[in-house]
Amino acid sequence: MKVVRRELITGNEAVAEGALAAGCNFFAGYPITPSSEVMHYMARELPRRGGVFIQAEDELAAINMVVGASLAGAKAMTATSGPGFSLMQEGIGYAVMVEAPLVIVDVMRAGPGTGQATKPAQGDLMQARWGRHGDQYLVVLAPSTPQEAYDLTAEAFNIAELLRVPVVVLSDEFIGHGREVVELREVKVVSRRSELREGEAPFDSKDPSRAPPLPPLGSGHYLLITGSTHDGWGYRDVHSFETHYRLVRRLKEKVWLNRGLMPKPEYVGSDKPEVLVVAYGSVARSAKASTKLLRSEGVEASLLRLRTLWPLDPQDMVKYVSKAPKLVIVPELSLGQLVIDVERAFKPLGSKVIHYGKVGGGLPIYPSEIVNQVMSNL
Amino acid sequence: MVVPKHYSRRYLREEVLPTAFCPGCFNGVVINALMKAFSELGIEDLRNYVFVSGIGCSSWIPSPYIRADSIHTLHGRAVAVATGVKLARPDLNVIVIGGDGDLASIGGNHLIHAARRNMDLLVIMVNNLVYGMTRGQTSPTTPKGKSTVTHPYGVFEEPLNIAELLVSTNANYVARWCISNFTQLKDSIKEALTKYSRGFRFIEVIAPCITYVVRYEGKTPAQKVKELREVCIPISRYRELPDIERSKYVGVGVLKREDRPGYVDAYMEYVRRAKESVIK
Repeated sequence: MKVVRRELITGNEAVAEGALAAGCNFFAGYPITPSSEVMHYMARELPRRGGVFIQAEDELAAINMVVGASLAGAKAMTATSGPGFSLMQEGIGYAVMVEAPLVIVDVMRAGPGTGQATKPAQGDLMQARWGRHGDQYLVVLAPSTPQEAYDLTAEAFNIAELLRVPVVVLSDEFIGHGREVVELREVKVVSRRSELREGEAPFDSKDPSRAPPLPPLGSGHYLLITGSTHDGWGYRDVHSFETHYRLVRRLKEKVWLNRGLMPKPEYVGSDKPEVLVVAYGSVARSAKASTKLLRSEGVEASLLRLRTLWPLDPQDMVKYVSKAPKLVIVPELSLGQLVIDVERAFKPLGSKVIHYGKVGGGLPIYPSEIVNQVMSNL
Repeated sequence: MVVPKHYSRRYLREEVLPTAFCPGCFNGVVINALMKAFSELGIEDLRNYVFVSGIGCSSWIPSPYIRADSIHTLHGRAVAVATGVKLARPDLNVIVIGGDGDLASIGGNHLIHAARRNMDLLVIMVNNLVYGMTRGQTSPTTPKGKSTVTHPYGVFEEPLNIAELLVSTNANYVARWCISNFTQLKDSIKEALTKYSRGFRFIEVIAPCITYVVRYEGKTPAQKVKELREVCIPISRYRELPDIERSKYVGVGVLKREDRPGYVDAYMEYVRRAKESVIK
C-alpha cells in the first residue's frame, strides 16, 4: 500500500489517523485517561473534514450516539479506557444484537475500579470478549505498536462494515502514549452493503457467515430495528425458541466462521521451538526481544504474537508449530487471561504452560524477566 | 358503500395490530394525536421520519406500530441514539417517544444534555406516573402519597417536574398536556413539527397508567378522563394558585416556545469555522 506520509506520533494519534484513513466520519467520546488524545485528535480533525465530533455527557451516551450514527450510515467510533469501557458494555451488546458496525478503542489501564489511571495493563481482554450479558460475539484486535494502532484501527472499520459487528481495538497505555514513526498508508476502504436483493432481509442471512445488508434510514424500507429478539425483518419475537436460537447462533457464526478474515498472528522462529512465547500488545515487544536473548543463549525460542484476540480458536495457535514445545510462556500485564487460551491449546500437546504476569506502577515486563522465567522452568 | 380508511392507518403497521397495550390504555390517545397531527399536516408517509424509543410501554408506540424507520433501543438511551441518528442524517426528522421512567429516570442525563445542546429532536414523554411495563413501581414522576409496589406505604419522595426542569435549559420548545387535552396536544405536535421545527422540542403527556394507577384507584378510564379534565388547568392559572393548592392540579400548556437555531445549525457553523481556521 502507498505510504501517504511518515509521522512521529503516539499510538493514540495513530488510532485516530487509522480511523480517518478508513473513512471514519463520526466520533462521540467522553474524557478518560489514557485514551483522551484519540478524542482530542478527532475533535480537531473531524469538523474541518466535514465529519461529526460530539463530546458526550457520559460513556453511555457516547456508545449509544455511535450506535445511532452507525445505523444512520456513518462510520462511527468511540475511544475509552477501563471504567468507560465498563460503562459502554450494554451499548456494545445492543450493537451486536442490531448488527451495527462500529469501532470501540479501549486503551487499557490498571484496574479494577479507578485503579491506576495513567498506568498500562492488559486486564480488559476477557471483558472485551465477554463483557456483555447474553450470548454475543464480536471482534477484538490488539496492536502492539503505534504503526499497528494505525493499521489495525483501519482494519477494524473494514471488518465492522463487512460483518456488521462492533470491533474492539484493544490498545494499552504504553502503545497509546508511546511515540514512534508511523507510516500513514493508503487504506482499502470497505463499504457497507446497503442494497436489499431479492430474498434478502436486513436481519437474517441464509449464509450464516455473511452479514445481511442494511438499507439506509429514510429509504422507504420502514426498518424495524430492535434490541429484542427479532426475525429477519425486525419484528419482535420474545417468546419462541426458534427465533431466538436462530438469531444468536447466526450472530455467533457470523464472527466465528470468519476467523480466517482476521489479522493473522506474527510468528517468528523455528516451527519446532523448545520454548514458545505467546503474547499480544505492548508486552509482545518484550516477548520478541526475549526470544532473541534466549536464542543467543542457545535456547530454541519462537514468538507467537496475536493480533486478533477474538475470535480465537486455540487450535489456530497450535498450527504454527510442527511439534509440541517443551515450554510455553505467556507474559501478560495482568494476573492471567490470555494464558487460559494458551493452556487450552498447548496443554493437550504435552507442553508445560506457564504464565508470567505483573501489573501496576507503569512497570513493563522486561525481556530479561521472561528469559529468567524460561531458564528456571526449563 | 366504500368506508374510508381511518386517517391513522396509513401511518401504522397494520399487520401488527391490534396493539399489545392494556384495554383502555391512554397510549392510544397519544398515537391518535400523533396520527391526526401527521394527517392534518398532509404528510403522505413517514419515510423522512425516524422514531427512536427505549424500553417501556410507550416505547412500543413506534416499535412496532408506526410505519416508519424505528429504532427500539436500550432502556434510557433513546435520546443518545437519536442524537447519533440526527447528526449523521440531519435531513431526517427524528422523534423520540418514551415514558417517564425511560426518559426522566434512567435516561435523565441524556434528556438534560440534549436539551442543553438544543439538539434537533422532538421528544414526546408519555408520563404514566409509574413503571408500567415492570408492574407499577415508583417512577420519578409518581405523585407523593401514592402507594406503589415499591412504596406500598405511600411514596414519600418528591416527584420531578421534568417539563419545568427543561424550561430552565436551552431547549426551544417545552409543553405539557394531559390526555384530556387531545386537541391541544395534537396542535402542539403539529407546531413542534412545523413552525418550531428546530432545536430541542419536548412535549410531556400526562397519561396515567390504566392498570397500575387508574385501576388501583378503583376508577374506570372514563372517570379518570373526567378527573383529568378538572385537574389539568392552564399553566397561567396554575401559577397563580397558592403553593398548598398546586399539588391537586397539573398546569398544562406551552411552557416555552422559541425558534432559535438548533444544534445542527450551530454545528454547521462550527464546521465552517473549523474549515477556515489553521491549526498548527
